[in-house]
Amino acid sequence: MAPTDPLDDFIVAAAEALALPIEPAWQPAVRAHLEVTLRFARLVEEFDLPDDAEPAPVFRA
Amino acid sequence: MPIDLAEATAAEIAQAVRSGETTALAVTEAALARIARLDPLLGAFTDVTAERARAQARAIDAARAAGKPRGALAGVPFAVKNLFDVKGLATRAGSKINRERAPAERDSPLIERLEAAGAVLLGALNMGEYAYDFTGENVHDGASRNPHDTSRMTGGSSGGSAGAVAGRLVPLALGSDTNGSIRVPSSLCGLFGLKPTYGRLSRARSFPFVASFDHLGPFCRSARDLALSYDAMQGPDPDDAACVNRPAEPTLGALERGADGLRIAVAGGYFATGLTAEAQTAMSRVAQALGARRTVELPEAQRARAAAYVITAAEGAGLHLDRLRQRAKDFDPAVRDRLIAGAMVPATVVNRAQKFRRWYRERVLALFDEVDAILAPATSCTAPLIGQQTFRLDGVEMPVRPNLGIYTQPISFIGLPVVAVPIPLAPLPIGIQVIAAPWREDVALRIAYALEGAGVAAAPRPSL
Repeated sequence: MAPTDPLDDFIVAAAEALALPIEPAWQPAVRAHLEVTLRFARLVEEFDLPDDAEPAPVFRA
Repeated sequence: MPIDLAEATAAEIAQAVRSGETTALAVTEAALARIARLDPLLGAFTDVTAERARAQARAIDAARAAGKPRGALAGVPFAVKNLFDVKGLATRAGSKINRERAPAERDSPLIERLEAAGAVLLGALNMGEYAYDFTGENVHDGASRNPHDTSRMTGGSSGGSAGAVAGRLVPLALGSDTNGSIRVPSSLCGLFGLKPTYGRLSRARSFPFVASFDHLGPFCRSARDLALSYDAMQGPDPDDAACVNRPAEPTLGALERGADGLRIAVAGGYFATGLTAEAQTAMSRVAQALGARRTVELPEAQRARAAAYVITAAEGAGLHLDRLRQRAKDFDPAVRDRLIAGAMVPATVVNRAQKFRRWYRERVLALFDEVDAILAPATSCTAPLIGQQTFRLDGVEMPVRPNLGIYTQPISFIGLPVVAVPIPLAPLPIGIQVIAAPWREDVALRIAYALEGAGVAAAPRPSL
């Protein structure tokens, strides 16, 4: 069996879990977009914030 | 000399209609004739509401004949991005899917407010699908084309709005700006564009994208017209949960004060990286004209852009999840594949991005203790070719579609008011951003007005 790529595997599994139909032809573009988004996500996660940091939108009852 | 209705600003048209030099109906017919002649080249309009416009124009002329007061925008033709509800039209938001919806039963409140001031709606305008776009291209309706070179993109997603105003079809158009969709096309088409403070103008009865970033605002060919139309649209609206309960703060009367007494700085660091020679020239001209010698750094701007990107991907996907499940093949593939990827972004990251957003907001707002306005490029380059997939950014080949807004995203991320100011370079214009503190649209508009008066900023006339 050919080795699989973790991100491709994640896309296939997430699509199934979310009931999102993805045709095989779309997957390279989805993967490229997800790679960029996750790279940006790491940049955000690397920034140290205190535990009591509040998100920008604050709900008021 | 009779008024040149194609080139006249909104203020000049309103004055001519009020004085009786021309009529609202004559202005409307002239605009409809320009649309019929030029829109096939520009692809700006998706709907022309000719009969509605004629009826509105006749009503304005009848009011004048009866001696009733005329509004500040009497007889001014305008059009709106097709994500605004227009009574009787399906609000397509650039999509194939939404055009199957029932026609809107009521206009957007911003249309109602402009019409209350005497403006005349001429139709709805092309846009990138669901506003997830910086190019102005649309797979369903065709590309919006840049009036300065119709082989080039308008920028997006409010592409038709920019094309219609730069192409002299109308002097005023409304668009939306989530990450730069007013400022990017203003830059590429050479227009004045206003993205007001988040929560200032009502977004009720418009199709959303990213709720916490969505703004609406005007495109014009002069700073005065921006102020005139913005003033007519301000005010609370309980139909938009984000619209603040804050009285209108008119800006028009402040314009003549120009930039006198304002402390103006240039954004350094992130905003000084990756600029083409054209963007550098535009920034230097503006900084020199304003005597802006100070440089300020917006801390962590690159991370702010990254956080805006992540939140946009996830919130956009959340908005469209059911449509992605049921109608995936009816999306523009370029939008669909980004939205599907967005649906797979972990919620933990989105939460971190929203926490970072508060941190960043506080640091940037602190800069406004020391300066009144910050100058930054609007785009790194002039208009790319339609269909162009990549461009060079800081020496690296990058995709065009997500990267035209790298300088606009870190600003809308925290809702600051910005006026995009056109610098008429040849052969293509480019814009800069004048960024002010929240609720200080007056400051950004005064600076835009001063640059226009100094001959540095102008909306160049295309040779169509």
